[in-house]
Amino acid sequence: MMIDWFPLWLSLRVALLSTALAFAGGLWIAYLLANRQFRGKDALDAAVTLPFVLPPTVLGYYLLVLLGRASPLGKLWEAIFGSPLVFTWKAAVVAALLHALPLLVKSARAALESVDRSYERAARNLGASEWKLFWRVTMPLAWRSILAATVLAFARSLGDFGVTLMVAGNIPGRTQTVAVAIYQAVESGDGALARTLVLIVSAAALLLLTLANRLSPTRL
Amino acid sequence: MLQARLRKSFVPRPDSAGFTLDLEFTATAGVTVLFGPSGAGKTLVLDSVAGFTQPDEGRILLDNEILYDAAAGVHLPPQKRNCGYVFQNYALFPHMTLRENLAFAAERKPRLERHRRVHDMLEKFRLTEVSGRRPHEVSGGQRQRCCIARALIGEPKLLLLDEPATGLDAVLRAEFYEVLRQVRCDFSTPMLLVTHDLTECFELGEEMLILHAGKIVQKGTPRAVLDEPATLEVARLLGAFNLLECEIRTLDPGRNTSRLQVGEFELEGPYFPGHLKGDHVTLCVRPEQLKVSARNGKPGLNQIPAALLRAVERPHGLRLEFSGGGIPGPVRVTVSRADYERQRDNREWVIQFPAEALRVL
Repeated sequence: MMIDWFPLWLSLRVALLSTALAFAGGLWIAYLLANRQFRGKDALDAAVTLPFVLPPTVLGYYLLVLLGRASPLGKLWEAIFGSPLVFTWKAAVVAALLHALPLLVKSARAALESVDRSYERAARNLGASEWKLFWRVTMPLAWRSILAATVLAFARSLGDFGVTLMVAGNIPGRTQTVAVAIYQAVESGDGALARTLVLIVSAAALLLLTLANRLSPTRL
Repeated sequence: MLQARLRKSFVPRPDSAGFTLDLEFTATAGVTVLFGPSGAGKTLVLDSVAGFTQPDEGRILLDNEILYDAAAGVHLPPQKRNCGYVFQNYALFPHMTLRENLAFAAERKPRLERHRRVHDMLEKFRLTEVSGRRPHEVSGGQRQRCCIARALIGEPKLLLLDEPATGLDAVLRAEFYEVLRQVRCDFSTPMLLVTHDLTECFELGEEMLILHAGKIVQKGTPRAVLDEPATLEVARLLGAFNLLECEIRTLDPGRNTSRLQVGEFELEGPYFPGHLKGDHVTLCVRPEQLKVSARNGKPGLNQIPAALLRAVERPHGLRLEFSGGGIPGPVRVTVSRADYERQRDNREWVIQFPAEALRVL
Protein backbone atom coordinates (compact mmCIF):
# COMPACT_ATOMS: atom_id res chain seq x y z
CA MET A 1 0.00 0.00 0.00
CA MET A 2 1.30 3.40 -0.92
CA ILE A 3 0.72 6.01 1.74
CA ASP A 4 1.01 9.67 0.97
CA TRP A 5 2.95 11.07 3.93
CA PHE A 6 2.49 14.68 2.85
CA PRO A 7 -0.50 15.43 5.16
CA LEU A 8 1.51 14.29 8.18
CA TRP A 9 4.49 16.46 7.36
CA LEU A 10 2.26 19.40 6.60
CA SER A 11 0.42 19.01 9.89
CA LEU A 12 3.71 18.82 11.74
CA ARG A 13 4.98 21.96 10.04
CA VAL A 14 1.71 23.80 10.64
CA ALA A 15 1.59 22.76 14.29
CA LEU A 16 5.22 23.73 14.94
CA LEU A 17 4.82 27.15 13.36
CA SER A 18 1.49 27.92 15.02
CA THR A 19 2.80 26.78 18.40
CA ALA A 20 5.82 29.02 18.05
CA LEU A 21 3.62 31.97 17.15
CA ALA A 22 1.16 31.14 19.94
CA PHE A 23 4.03 30.89 22.41
CA ALA A 24 5.40 34.32 21.57
CA GLY A 25 2.02 36.04 21.42
CA GLY A 26 0.33 34.00 24.13
CA LEU A 27 3.07 34.53 26.67
CA TRP A 28 2.89 38.25 26.13
CA ILE A 29 -0.90 38.34 26.45
CA ALA A 30 -0.73 36.07 29.51
CA TYR A 31 1.83 38.41 31.07
CA LEU A 32 -0.43 41.40 30.48
CA LEU A 33 -3.45 39.62 31.89
CA ALA A 34 -1.53 38.37 34.93
CA ASN A 35 0.34 41.56 35.80
CA ARG A 36 -1.28 44.67 34.44
CA GLN A 37 -4.47 46.48 35.16
CA PHE A 38 -5.89 48.12 32.08
CA ARG A 39 -9.21 48.97 30.51
CA GLY A 40 -10.67 46.19 28.45
CA LYS A 41 -8.74 43.51 30.31
CA ASP A 42 -11.86 41.40 30.75
CA ALA A 43 -12.75 41.95 27.10
CA LEU A 44 -9.30 40.78 26.00
CA ASP A 45 -9.59 37.74 28.24
CA ALA A 46 -12.99 36.91 26.75
CA ALA A 47 -11.82 37.50 23.19
CA VAL A 48 -8.87 35.18 23.66
CA THR A 49 -11.14 32.49 25.08
CA LEU A 50 -13.75 32.82 22.35
CA PRO A 51 -12.30 30.16 20.01
CA PHE A 52 -12.89 27.63 22.81
CA VAL A 53 -16.63 28.01 22.54
CA LEU A 54 -17.39 29.16 18.99
CA PRO A 55 -18.20 26.54 16.33
CA PRO A 56 -15.36 26.00 13.82
CA THR A 57 -17.57 27.20 10.99
CA VAL A 58 -18.09 30.53 12.71
CA LEU A 59 -14.36 30.91 13.29
CA GLY A 60 -13.67 29.89 9.72
CA TYR A 61 -16.17 32.41 8.44
CA TYR A 62 -14.56 35.20 10.46
CA LEU A 63 -11.13 34.28 9.16
CA LEU A 64 -12.37 34.25 5.59
CA VAL A 65 -13.89 37.68 6.02
CA LEU A 66 -10.84 38.98 7.85
CA LEU A 67 -8.12 37.48 5.69
CA GLY A 68 -9.88 36.93 2.36
CA ARG A 69 -8.51 38.41 -0.83
CA ALA A 70 -10.99 41.31 -0.67
CA SER A 71 -10.22 42.26 2.95
CA PRO A 72 -7.68 44.93 3.90
CA LEU A 73 -5.54 42.39 5.75
CA GLY A 74 -5.71 39.99 2.82
CA LYS A 75 -4.72 42.76 0.43
CA LEU A 76 -1.86 43.81 2.66
CA TRP A 77 -0.61 40.22 2.78
CA GLU A 78 -0.83 39.94 -0.96
CA ALA A 79 0.99 43.21 -1.42
CA ILE A 80 3.85 42.08 0.80
CA PHE A 81 4.18 38.42 -0.14
CA GLY A 82 2.83 38.51 -3.66
CA SER A 83 0.31 35.72 -3.17
CA PRO A 84 -2.98 35.39 -1.28
CA LEU A 85 -3.07 33.99 2.23
CA VAL A 86 -6.31 32.02 2.13
CA PHE A 87 -6.28 28.52 0.68
CA THR A 88 -2.56 28.10 1.28
CA TRP A 89 -0.88 26.11 4.03
CA LYS A 90 -0.14 29.39 5.80
CA ALA A 91 -3.86 29.84 6.33
CA ALA A 92 -3.83 26.47 8.06
CA VAL A 93 -1.23 27.91 10.42
CA VAL A 94 -3.61 30.77 11.26
CA ALA A 95 -6.42 28.26 11.80
CA ALA A 96 -4.29 26.19 14.15
CA LEU A 97 -3.11 29.33 15.92
CA LEU A 98 -6.71 30.11 16.78
CA HIS A 99 -6.81 26.95 18.88
CA ALA A 100 -3.29 27.03 20.25
CA LEU A 101 -3.43 30.63 21.46
CA PRO A 102 -6.33 30.41 23.94
CA LEU A 103 -4.92 27.25 25.43
CA LEU A 104 -1.54 28.85 25.88
CA VAL A 105 -2.85 32.14 27.22
CA LYS A 106 -5.10 30.44 29.76
CA SER A 107 -2.47 28.05 31.05
CA ALA A 108 0.41 30.51 30.96
CA ARG A 109 -1.61 33.10 32.81
CA ALA A 110 -2.47 30.59 35.52
CA ALA A 111 1.18 29.53 35.68
CA LEU A 112 2.42 33.12 35.96
CA GLU A 113 -0.16 33.95 38.59
CA SER A 114 0.75 30.88 40.62
CA VAL A 115 4.25 32.24 41.24
CA ASP A 116 4.34 33.59 44.79
CA ARG A 117 4.06 37.38 44.59
CA SER A 118 6.63 37.85 47.32
CA TYR A 119 9.38 36.71 44.91
CA GLU A 120 8.36 39.41 42.48
CA ARG A 121 8.24 41.97 45.26
CA ALA A 122 11.67 40.86 46.40
CA ALA A 123 13.10 41.13 42.88
CA ARG A 124 11.67 44.62 42.36
CA ASN A 125 12.94 45.64 45.77
CA LEU A 126 16.41 44.43 44.78
CA GLY A 127 16.37 46.74 41.79
CA ALA A 128 15.44 44.23 39.08
CA SER A 129 13.74 45.66 36.01
CA GLU A 130 10.43 44.14 34.95
CA TRP A 131 12.29 42.40 32.12
CA LYS A 132 14.89 40.89 34.41
CA LEU A 133 12.19 39.95 36.91
CA PHE A 134 10.22 38.12 34.24
CA TRP A 135 13.07 36.17 32.69
CA ARG A 136 15.13 35.52 35.79
CA VAL A 137 12.49 34.96 38.46
CA THR A 138 8.96 34.45 37.16
CA MET A 139 9.78 32.30 34.13
CA PRO A 140 12.20 29.94 35.88
CA LEU A 141 9.55 29.37 38.54
CA ALA A 142 6.73 28.86 36.05
CA TRP A 143 8.50 27.25 33.08
CA ARG A 144 7.31 23.70 33.71
CA SER A 145 3.66 24.67 33.59
CA ILE A 146 4.22 26.91 30.60
CA LEU A 147 6.09 24.19 28.73
CA ALA A 148 3.30 21.74 29.54
CA ALA A 149 0.82 24.25 28.13
CA THR A 150 2.95 24.64 25.01
CA VAL A 151 2.99 20.89 24.46
CA LEU A 152 -0.79 20.81 24.80
CA ALA A 153 -1.11 23.71 22.40
CA PHE A 154 1.07 21.80 19.93
CA ALA A 155 -1.10 18.70 20.27
CA ARG A 156 -4.22 20.76 19.77
CA SER A 157 -2.94 22.54 16.67
CA LEU A 158 -1.88 19.22 15.19
CA GLY A 159 -5.48 18.15 14.92
CA ASP A 160 -7.56 21.08 13.77
CA PHE A 161 -10.15 20.20 11.18
CA GLY A 162 -13.08 22.57 10.73
CA VAL A 163 -11.39 25.93 10.55
CA THR A 164 -8.55 24.55 8.45
CA LEU A 165 -11.01 23.12 5.96
CA MET A 166 -12.75 26.46 5.63
CA VAL A 167 -9.75 28.77 5.25
CA ALA A 168 -7.09 26.49 3.80
CA GLY A 169 -9.32 24.14 1.89
CA ASN A 170 -8.59 20.59 0.95
CA ILE A 171 -5.98 20.70 -1.79
CA PRO A 172 -4.05 17.40 -1.76
CA GLY A 173 -0.33 17.98 -1.71
CA ARG A 174 -0.74 21.65 -0.82
CA THR A 175 -3.14 22.36 2.03
CA GLN A 176 -4.36 18.93 3.02
CA THR A 177 -3.45 18.43 6.69
CA VAL A 178 -3.74 15.06 8.35
CA ALA A 179 -7.16 15.72 9.88
CA VAL A 180 -8.53 16.75 6.52
CA ALA A 181 -6.83 13.80 4.82
CA ILE A 182 -8.54 11.38 7.24
CA TYR A 183 -11.89 12.95 6.43
CA GLN A 184 -11.30 12.53 2.74
CA ALA A 185 -10.04 8.96 3.14
CA VAL A 186 -13.20 7.99 5.00
CA GLU A 187 -15.41 9.75 2.48
CA SER A 188 -13.73 8.03 -0.45
CA GLY A 189 -13.78 4.62 1.25
CA ASP A 190 -10.02 4.31 1.65
CA GLY A 191 -10.22 2.44 4.99
CA ALA A 192 -6.58 1.45 5.15
CA LEU A 193 -5.31 5.02 4.79
CA ALA A 194 -7.85 6.32 7.32
CA ARG A 195 -6.87 3.66 9.86
CA THR A 196 -3.15 4.29 9.48
CA LEU A 197 -3.47 8.05 9.86
CA VAL A 198 -5.92 7.74 12.76
CA LEU A 199 -3.55 5.44 14.62
CA ILE A 200 -0.56 7.71 14.03
CA VAL A 201 -2.42 10.82 15.14
CA SER A 202 -3.81 9.05 18.22
CA ALA A 203 -0.40 7.76 19.22
CA ALA A 204 1.16 11.18 18.78
CA ALA A 205 -1.57 12.85 20.83
CA LEU A 206 -1.24 10.27 23.60
CA LEU A 207 2.51 10.74 23.68
CA LEU A 208 2.20 14.51 23.85
CA LEU A 209 -0.40 14.39 26.61
CA THR A 210 1.81 12.10 28.65
CA LEU A 211 4.68 14.52 28.17
CA ALA A 212 2.53 17.46 29.18
CA ASN A 213 1.39 15.64 32.28
CA ARG A 214 4.95 14.80 33.23
CA LEU A 215 5.97 18.43 32.88
CA SER A 216 3.05 19.90 34.72
CA PRO A 217 3.69 20.35 38.46
CA THR A 218 -0.02 19.90 39.08
CA ARG A 219 -1.53 17.13 37.02
CA LEU A 220 -3.79 18.34 34.28
CA MET B 1 17.24 59.24 57.84
CA LEU B 2 13.68 58.51 56.85
CA GLN B 3 10.96 61.09 57.13
CA ALA B 4 7.47 59.99 56.24
CA ARG B 5 4.06 61.54 56.26
CA LEU B 6 1.45 59.15 54.94
CA ARG B 7 -2.26 59.06 54.43
CA LYS B 8 -4.14 56.27 52.75
CA SER B 9 -7.80 55.45 53.00
CA PHE B 10 -9.68 52.31 52.19
CA VAL B 11 -13.39 52.82 51.75
CA PRO B 12 -15.64 50.45 53.69
CA ARG B 13 -16.90 47.53 51.64
CA PRO B 14 -19.59 45.01 52.43
CA ASP B 15 -16.91 42.48 53.28
CA SER B 16 -14.41 44.78 54.99
CA ALA B 17 -14.50 47.76 57.29
CA GLY B 18 -12.97 51.03 56.18
CA PHE B 19 -9.46 51.88 57.26
CA THR B 20 -7.41 55.05 57.24
CA LEU B 21 -3.68 55.19 57.66
CA ASP B 22 -2.66 58.63 58.77
CA LEU B 23 0.70 59.15 60.39
CA GLU B 24 3.96 60.98 60.41
CA PHE B 25 7.28 59.79 61.74
CA THR B 26 11.04 60.01 61.47
CA ALA B 27 13.43 57.08 61.69
CA THR B 28 17.08 57.83 62.31
CA ALA B 29 20.09 55.54 62.71
CA GLY B 30 19.50 52.38 64.70
CA VAL B 31 16.32 50.35 64.93
CA THR B 32 12.91 51.97 64.89
CA VAL B 33 10.15 49.56 65.81
CA LEU B 34 6.62 49.80 64.49
CA PHE B 35 4.61 48.05 67.14
CA GLY B 36 0.92 47.35 66.96
CA PRO B 37 -1.78 44.71 66.74
CA SER B 38 -2.70 42.96 63.50
CA GLY B 39 -4.52 45.31 61.18
CA ALA B 40 -2.99 48.45 62.66
CA GLY B 41 -1.36 49.30 59.34
CA LYS B 42 2.25 48.36 60.15
CA THR B 43 2.94 46.44 56.95
CA LEU B 44 1.14 49.12 54.95
CA VAL B 45 3.70 51.62 56.23
CA LEU B 46 6.59 49.39 55.12
CA ASP B 47 4.98 48.77 51.73
CA SER B 48 4.47 52.50 51.22
CA VAL B 49 8.11 53.21 52.01
CA ALA B 50 9.30 50.35 49.79
CA GLY B 51 7.03 51.54 46.98
CA PHE B 52 4.75 48.51 46.75
CA THR B 53 1.73 50.63 47.67
CA GLN B 54 0.99 54.21 46.76
CA PRO B 55 -0.40 56.38 49.57
CA ASP B 56 -3.15 58.88 48.81
CA GLU B 57 -1.35 61.82 50.32
CA GLY B 58 1.90 62.70 51.98
CA ARG B 59 5.61 62.64 51.39
CA ILE B 60 8.43 60.18 51.99
CA LEU B 61 11.98 61.43 52.21
CA LEU B 62 15.00 59.17 52.54
CA ASP B 63 18.27 61.03 53.13
CA ASN B 64 16.79 64.07 51.39
CA GLU B 65 15.80 62.07 48.33
CA ILE B 66 12.09 62.23 47.58
CA LEU B 67 10.65 58.74 47.25
CA TYR B 68 7.08 59.86 47.25
CA ASP B 69 5.41 63.22 47.15
CA ALA B 70 1.71 63.42 46.44
CA ALA B 71 1.79 67.17 45.84
CA ALA B 72 4.63 66.95 43.30
CA GLY B 73 3.30 63.73 41.79
CA VAL B 74 6.46 61.77 42.59
CA HIS B 75 6.13 58.03 43.17
CA LEU B 76 9.42 56.21 42.59
CA PRO B 77 9.07 52.55 41.63
CA PRO B 78 10.40 50.02 44.17
CA GLN B 79 13.46 49.45 41.95
CA LYS B 80 14.66 53.02 42.42
CA ARG B 81 14.12 53.35 46.16
CA ASN B 82 17.14 51.52 47.45
CA CYS B 83 15.42 50.21 50.57
CA GLY B 84 16.40 46.71 51.66
CA TYR B 85 13.39 44.59 52.55
CA VAL B 86 13.50 41.50 54.75
CA PHE B 87 10.28 39.68 54.02
CA GLN B 88 8.34 37.69 56.55
CA ASN B 89 8.89 34.48 54.58
CA TYR B 90 12.34 35.71 53.42
CA ALA B 91 11.34 35.32 49.74
CA LEU B 92 14.72 33.89 48.75
CA PHE B 93 14.48 32.81 45.12
CA PRO B 94 14.00 29.05 45.38
CA HIS B 95 15.58 28.27 42.00
CA MET B 96 18.85 29.99 42.80
CA THR B 97 21.65 29.04 45.16
CA LEU B 98 22.38 31.35 48.07
CA ARG B 99 25.32 32.77 46.10
CA GLU B 100 23.09 33.40 43.08
CA ASN B 101 20.52 35.08 45.30
CA LEU B 102 23.19 37.50 46.49
CA ALA B 103 24.59 37.95 42.98
CA PHE B 104 21.12 38.78 41.67
CA ALA B 105 20.88 41.59 44.20
CA ALA B 106 24.45 42.75 43.53
CA GLU B 107 23.80 43.35 39.84
CA ARG B 108 23.10 47.02 40.33
CA LYS B 109 26.67 47.45 41.55
CA PRO B 110 29.54 47.95 39.08
CA ARG B 111 30.59 44.68 37.45
CA LEU B 112 34.05 44.58 39.00
CA GLU B 113 32.74 45.11 42.48
CA ARG B 114 30.01 42.44 42.39
CA HIS B 115 32.10 39.37 42.89
CA ARG B 116 33.96 40.81 45.83
CA ARG B 117 30.77 42.06 47.46
CA VAL B 118 29.09 38.67 47.18
CA HIS B 119 32.19 37.03 48.59
CA ASP B 120 32.38 39.50 51.50
CA MET B 121 28.71 39.13 52.36
CA LEU B 122 28.86 35.33 52.30
CA GLU B 123 31.85 35.55 54.63
CA LYS B 124 30.33 38.10 56.94
CA PHE B 125 27.07 36.20 57.32
CA ARG B 126 28.82 32.81 57.66
CA LEU B 127 27.32 31.40 54.47
CA THR B 128 30.44 30.60 52.46
CA GLU B 129 30.22 26.86 53.04
CA VAL B 130 26.59 26.56 51.99
CA SER B 131 26.72 29.19 49.25
CA GLY B 132 26.22 26.56 46.54
CA ARG B 133 22.99 25.25 48.04
CA ARG B 134 19.45 26.31 47.34
CA PRO B 135 17.32 27.93 50.06
CA HIS B 136 15.37 24.75 50.85
CA GLU B 137 18.62 22.86 51.37
CA VAL B 138 19.92 25.07 54.19
CA SER B 139 18.84 25.64 57.77
CA GLY B 140 16.34 28.26 58.88
CA GLY B 141 19.08 30.36 60.43
CA GLN B 142 21.10 30.31 57.22
CA ARG B 143 18.06 31.30 55.17
CA GLN B 144 17.47 34.17 57.52
CA ARG B 145 21.06 35.39 57.33
CA CYS B 146 21.02 35.05 53.56
CA CYS B 147 17.90 37.17 53.34
CA ILE B 148 19.47 39.93 55.41
CA ALA B 149 22.70 39.70 53.42
CA ARG B 150 20.75 39.92 50.17
CA ALA B 151 18.88 42.98 51.40
CA LEU B 152 22.12 44.68 52.47
CA ILE B 153 24.35 43.85 49.51
CA GLY B 154 23.12 46.78 47.42
CA GLU B 155 24.03 49.16 50.25
CA PRO B 156 20.50 50.33 50.91
CA LYS B 157 19.89 53.55 52.75
CA LEU B 158 17.24 51.88 54.89
CA LEU B 159 16.43 48.33 55.91
CA LEU B 160 12.78 47.34 56.26
CA LEU B 161 11.94 44.22 58.26
CA ASP B 162 8.43 42.78 58.23
CA GLU B 163 7.90 40.64 61.33
CA PRO B 164 11.06 38.72 60.54
CA ALA B 165 11.06 36.71 63.76
CA THR B 166 7.43 35.61 63.62
CA GLY B 167 7.14 31.87 63.61
CA LEU B 168 10.75 31.21 64.58
CA ASP B 169 11.59 28.92 67.46
CA ALA B 170 13.36 30.36 70.49
CA VAL B 171 16.87 29.38 69.36
CA LEU B 172 16.48 30.88 65.89
CA ARG B 173 14.91 33.96 67.35
CA ALA B 174 17.84 34.56 69.69
CA GLU B 175 20.23 33.96 66.79
CA PHE B 176 18.28 36.41 64.67
CA TYR B 177 18.47 39.15 67.30
CA GLU B 178 22.21 38.53 67.51
CA VAL B 179 22.57 38.91 63.74
CA LEU B 180 20.56 42.12 63.73
CA ARG B 181 22.62 43.57 66.57
CA GLN B 182 25.72 42.71 64.55
CA VAL B 183 24.22 44.42 61.50
CA ARG B 184 23.53 47.49 63.60
CA CYS B 185 27.19 47.61 64.57
CA ASP B 186 28.69 46.85 61.15
CA PHE B 187 26.37 48.81 58.90
CA SER B 188 25.09 52.26 59.59
CA THR B 189 21.83 51.47 57.81
CA PRO B 190 18.80 52.64 59.77
CA MET B 191 16.23 49.88 60.25
CA LEU B 192 12.48 49.98 60.40
CA LEU B 193 11.14 46.84 62.01
CA VAL B 194 7.53 45.74 62.20
CA THR B 195 6.51 43.54 65.09
CA HIS B 196 3.70 42.77 67.48
CA ASP B 197 6.03 41.29 70.04
CA LEU B 198 6.91 43.47 73.02
CA THR B 199 10.00 41.45 73.90
CA GLU B 200 11.32 42.09 70.41
CA CYS B 201 10.93 45.83 70.92
CA PHE B 202 13.12 45.59 73.99
CA GLU B 203 15.65 43.30 72.31
CA LEU B 204 16.18 45.55 69.32
CA GLY B 205 14.41 48.85 69.45
CA GLU B 206 15.90 52.18 70.28
CA GLU B 207 12.76 53.96 69.28
CA MET B 208 9.29 52.53 69.34
CA LEU B 209 6.24 53.78 67.46
CA ILE B 210 2.95 52.36 68.64
CA LEU B 211 0.38 52.02 65.90
CA HIS B 212 -3.28 51.61 66.44
CA ALA B 213 -5.96 51.75 63.75
CA GLY B 214 -3.67 53.52 61.31
CA LYS B 215 -2.38 56.16 63.72
CA ILE B 216 0.70 56.52 65.86
CA VAL B 217 -0.59 56.67 69.41
CA GLN B 218 2.74 56.95 71.19
CA LYS B 219 6.45 57.12 70.48
CA GLY B 220 9.50 56.77 72.69
CA THR B 221 12.03 54.23 73.88
CA PRO B 222 10.48 50.87 74.78
CA ARG B 223 11.36 51.48 78.44
CA ALA B 224 9.74 54.90 78.48
CA VAL B 225 6.62 53.60 76.78
CA LEU B 226 6.27 50.74 79.22
CA ASP B 227 6.84 53.06 82.18
CA GLU B 228 4.48 55.75 80.99
CA PRO B 229 1.89 54.50 78.52
CA ALA B 230 0.29 57.64 77.15
CA THR B 231 -3.26 56.37 76.87
CA LEU B 232 -5.43 53.53 78.02
CA GLU B 233 -5.34 52.25 74.44
CA VAL B 234 -1.55 51.98 74.52
CA ALA B 235 -1.63 50.21 77.87
CA ARG B 236 -4.12 47.71 76.44
CA LEU B 237 -2.01 47.15 73.31
CA LEU B 238 1.12 46.52 75.33
CA GLY B 239 -0.82 43.90 77.30
CA ALA B 240 1.55 44.24 80.24
CA PHE B 241 -0.66 45.93 82.81
CA ASN B 242 -3.39 45.44 85.35
CA LEU B 243 -6.02 47.95 84.31
CA LEU B 244 -8.41 48.62 87.17
CA GLU B 245 -11.26 51.08 87.23
CA CYS B 246 -11.06 53.56 90.08
CA GLU B 247 -12.15 56.98 91.24
CA ILE B 248 -9.94 59.81 92.46
CA ARG B 249 -11.11 60.73 95.96
CA THR B 250 -8.52 63.33 96.91
CA LEU B 251 -5.66 65.10 95.21
CA ASP B 252 -2.99 67.01 97.14
CA PRO B 253 -0.30 68.61 94.98
CA GLY B 254 1.39 70.14 98.03
CA ARG B 255 2.20 66.81 99.64
CA ASN B 256 2.26 64.98 96.30
CA THR B 257 -0.39 62.51 97.33
CA SER B 258 -3.74 61.31 96.21
CA ARG B 259 -6.31 58.77 97.28
CA LEU B 260 -7.96 56.36 94.87
CA GLN B 261 -11.07 54.34 95.42
CA VAL B 262 -10.48 50.88 93.95
CA GLY B 263 -13.38 48.50 94.49
CA GLU B 264 -14.18 48.69 98.19
CA PHE B 265 -10.75 49.95 99.20
CA GLU B 266 -8.76 53.15 99.11
CA LEU B 267 -5.18 53.34 97.90
CA GLU B 268 -2.71 56.12 98.45
CA GLY B 269 -0.83 57.25 95.37
CA PRO B 270 1.24 60.17 94.13
CA TYR B 271 -0.34 63.39 92.91
CA PHE B 272 -1.75 62.98 89.39
CA PRO B 273 -1.41 66.22 87.45
CA GLY B 274 -4.11 66.89 84.92
CA HIS B 275 -6.81 65.03 86.78
CA LEU B 276 -9.62 66.26 88.99
CA LYS B 277 -11.12 65.01 92.19
CA GLY B 278 -14.01 62.69 91.38
CA ASP B 279 -12.59 61.62 88.01
CA HIS B 280 -13.28 58.06 87.01
CA VAL B 281 -9.95 56.78 85.73
CA THR B 282 -8.10 53.55 85.13
CA LEU B 283 -5.38 52.48 87.50
CA CYS B 284 -2.51 51.10 85.49
CA VAL B 285 0.05 48.97 87.29
CA ARG B 286 2.33 46.22 86.06
CA PRO B 287 2.03 42.74 87.60
CA GLU B 288 5.68 42.74 88.64
CA GLN B 289 5.24 45.98 90.61
CA LEU B 290 2.69 44.42 92.96
CA LYS B 291 3.61 42.38 96.01
CA VAL B 292 1.63 39.77 97.87
CA SER B 293 1.79 38.53 101.43
CA ALA B 294 -0.27 36.61 103.96
CA ARG B 295 -3.14 38.54 105.43
CA ASN B 296 -2.47 39.46 108.99
CA GLY B 297 -5.53 40.98 110.59
CA LYS B 298 -6.78 44.25 109.20
CA PRO B 299 -5.22 45.14 105.81
CA GLY B 300 -2.57 47.84 106.10
CA LEU B 301 -1.94 50.90 103.98
CA ASN B 302 -2.35 50.24 100.24
CA GLN B 303 -3.21 46.61 100.86
CA ILE B 304 -6.24 44.91 99.38
CA PRO B 305 -7.30 41.48 100.63
CA ALA B 306 -7.88 39.01 97.83
CA ALA B 307 -8.38 35.35 97.11
CA LEU B 308 -5.99 33.43 94.88
CA LEU B 309 -7.81 32.24 91.75
CA ARG B 310 -4.94 30.43 90.11
CA ALA B 311 -1.19 30.32 89.74
CA VAL B 312 0.21 30.11 86.21
CA GLU B 313 3.74 28.87 85.68
CA ARG B 314 5.94 31.20 83.67
CA PRO B 315 9.50 30.71 82.39
CA HIS B 316 10.60 33.22 85.00
CA GLY B 317 8.55 32.83 88.18
CA LEU B 318 4.80 32.61 88.35
CA ARG B 319 1.83 34.73 87.54
CA LEU B 320 -0.82 34.75 90.26
CA GLU B 321 -4.37 35.82 89.60
CA PHE B 322 -6.45 37.22 92.43
CA SER B 323 -9.98 38.37 92.89
CA GLY B 324 -11.51 40.28 95.73
CA GLY B 325 -11.80 43.70 97.27
CA GLY B 326 -14.82 44.37 95.09
CA ILE B 327 -12.59 44.75 92.04
CA PRO B 328 -14.14 43.49 88.82
CA GLY B 329 -11.84 41.13 86.93
CA PRO B 330 -8.70 39.45 88.18
CA VAL B 331 -5.62 41.26 89.46
CA ARG B 332 -2.41 39.70 88.14
CA VAL B 333 0.75 39.63 90.22
CA THR B 334 4.12 38.27 89.09
CA VAL B 335 6.21 36.64 91.79
CA SER B 336 9.45 34.69 91.81
CA ARG B 337 9.35 30.95 92.29
CA ALA B 338 11.05 31.22 95.71
CA ASP B 339 8.56 33.85 96.81
CA TYR B 340 5.69 31.62 95.78
CA GLU B 341 7.09 28.51 97.49
CA ARG B 342 7.38 30.47 100.73
CA GLN B 343 3.81 31.71 100.56
CA ARG B 344 1.89 28.97 98.80
CA ASP B 345 0.18 27.84 102.01
CA ASN B 346 -1.23 31.29 102.80
CA ARG B 347 -4.85 30.94 103.83
CA GLU B 348 -5.65 34.56 103.04
CA TRP B 349 -3.71 37.00 100.92
CA VAL B 350 -3.27 40.73 100.64
CA ILE B 351 -1.99 42.55 97.58
CA GLN B 352 0.33 45.44 98.26
CA PHE B 353 0.06 48.36 95.81
CA PRO B 354 3.26 50.45 96.20
CA ALA B 355 2.26 54.10 96.01
CA GLU B 356 5.11 55.05 93.64
CA ALA B 357 4.07 52.38 91.10
CA LEU B 358 0.56 53.71 90.64
CA ARG B 359 -0.37 55.46 87.39
CA VAL B 360 -3.78 56.53 86.27
CA LEU B 361 -5.02 56.91 82.70
